[in-house]
Amino acid sequence: MAAVKPLLAVRDVHKSFDGLTAVDGVDFDLPAGEIRAIIGPNGAGKTTFVNLVCGRVMPDSGQVLFAGEDITHLPAHARVRRGIAYTFQITSVFTQLSVYDNVALSVQRTLIDHKERGESRFSAADLRRGVDHALERVGLSDRSAMPAGELAYGHQRLLELAMGLALKPRLLILDEPTQGLSDSEIEGFGVLVREIAADATVLLIEHNMPVVMALAHRITVMDQGRVLAEGSPDEIRANADVQHAYLGVSGDA
Amino acid sequence: MADKTAMRSLLLHVAVIGVLLALNFVLPEYHRGVFSRILVLAVFAMGYNLLFGYCGLLSLGHAMFFAAGLYGAGLTVYHLDWGVAAGFAAGIMAGATLALAIGLLALRTTGVAFMIVTLMFSQVFYLTTLYFTTWTRGEEGLVLRQDVRQLGLGGVSLDLSDPATRYFVALALFAVVLFATLAIARAPLGRVLVAIRENEERTRMLGYDVFANKLAAVVLSGLFCAAAGAAYALLFGYVGSSFAAIQYSILPLLWVLLGGAATTLGPLVGTLFMFYVIDIASGFTSAYMLVVGVALIVLVLFFPRGIVGAIRERWLPWLP
Repeated sequence: MAAVKPLLAVRDVHKSFDGLTAVDGVDFDLPAGEIRAIIGPNGAGKTTFVNLVCGRVMPDSGQVLFAGEDITHLPAHARVRRGIAYTFQITSVFTQLSVYDNVALSVQRTLIDHKERGESRFSAADLRRGVDHALERVGLSDRSAMPAGELAYGHQRLLELAMGLALKPRLLILDEPTQGLSDSEIEGFGVLVREIAADATVLLIEHNMPVVMALAHRITVMDQGRVLAEGSPDEIRANADVQHAYLGVSGDA
Repeated sequence: MADKTAMRSLLLHVAVIGVLLALNFVLPEYHRGVFSRILVLAVFAMGYNLLFGYCGLLSLGHAMFFAAGLYGAGLTVYHLDWGVAAGFAAGIMAGATLALAIGLLALRTTGVAFMIVTLMFSQVFYLTTLYFTTWTRGEEGLVLRQDVRQLGLGGVSLDLSDPATRYFVALALFAVVLFATLAIARAPLGRVLVAIRENEERTRMLGYDVFANKLAAVVLSGLFCAAAGAAYALLFGYVGSSFAAIQYSILPLLWVLLGGAATTLGPLVGTLFMFYVIDIASGFTSAYMLVVGVALIVLVLFFPRGIVGAIRERWLPWLP
């Protein structure tokens, strides 16, 4: 176990905005194949932390390693092409484009990458197949011609997920994916995330504790820009510091 | 379903070219001349549309790309005695090179700043054409004589000042750029450009280098506009600095807005419409710009997406 290199390794990253420290010396290892949840109170630095990982924000100091390579200075779009996909906290599908075109943007990205590596040629048939497959996985096949803006909110979140999936990421980062979903939608979402985890590593920020406890293999708790605790769901539930900082003193939030 | 749509829109575009071809034989002499000019200017509008309509970048300086083509062709043919084909190539190269340089600088800005930066560069270009009056003859311009406007094609010499030849050459250029626009709109690049227009940050997080794609759009747009400028110089034989003035940066914007931004046929429809509104109105009154203004206001009020855009929205959603 100790010899296995983590897929993602973050070393002592710091980030502050106008003197306000958001991330304050975080070390973080994420082995391949895991579903990891990051929890913590508002303002704990969770979103800034994942933004440092996906490159939307550059760290003041520290190092980000992905699959053993230093990606600290790579721009976000280059990180996506190496296999780090990010789905937004606030749904941001392309509302004017059809559902099909939204997913096609992801699929063509992977097809262009294959072509550039000389693995295969770009073909319209492959594009169509890839889009159909991704839409099928999230159950939106019958809506592919609709403008994405006309989808119900829950379906927009699924589309967002389909766009992430279609990138065939090695690491999929989900920022509060169940926010605003109904209970039945959350249930379907959980099934989907477990399926995704069969071939990708998943890192999710989530406030909904039952979802976190049910899905995550391990949980990282952040508070005030630092890692407060890390462990299995049971360990986190039992951790006194966490109860104090986040779950509420009574311990069964 | 997608194949049927593609076939339908391809047929429509072929039909449009067919109708324009037939018009050469039925239009009266005056209107045939007007149409040749409109076809060339529609190429200018299509170039503008690629950047503004698809990629969402509003430039107020596209006169410089048109004029780069105009002068690239005009100066080499007039002063260096280059042939028509070489002059045309020089015009295109001048426009594309200028677009690359301007793109690298101006794309560091967005929104209003981008509009102002492009406007400023275009003014610099305009003033440069006036500064070198010795070669450009400024506003008065250069006139390319009929005997230098001969296109040699495999032993046959085409006289570009002949009305029918001029019409066919203009139509050929129009067709090439129209189908190129259609191909780009359907290609992965077109999808990325629209995505950038809709949500830049999301596009970046799907693994696209936003800057590089915008730069590609600026260069292609500049190239199309320069092709229009070069063709204008060679077909109509006049190369003057008025084509580099601010008016020629505003006109393509109006043509595209009228016809329908991000539609393949909108630029042609918009150019045609505005040309004839001015033409007809000036026959009745000297205050024809007032008529143009009213027409613009009515269109913006009732068809905010332009003529072709409104048709697409209401009746033909498959229009590209």
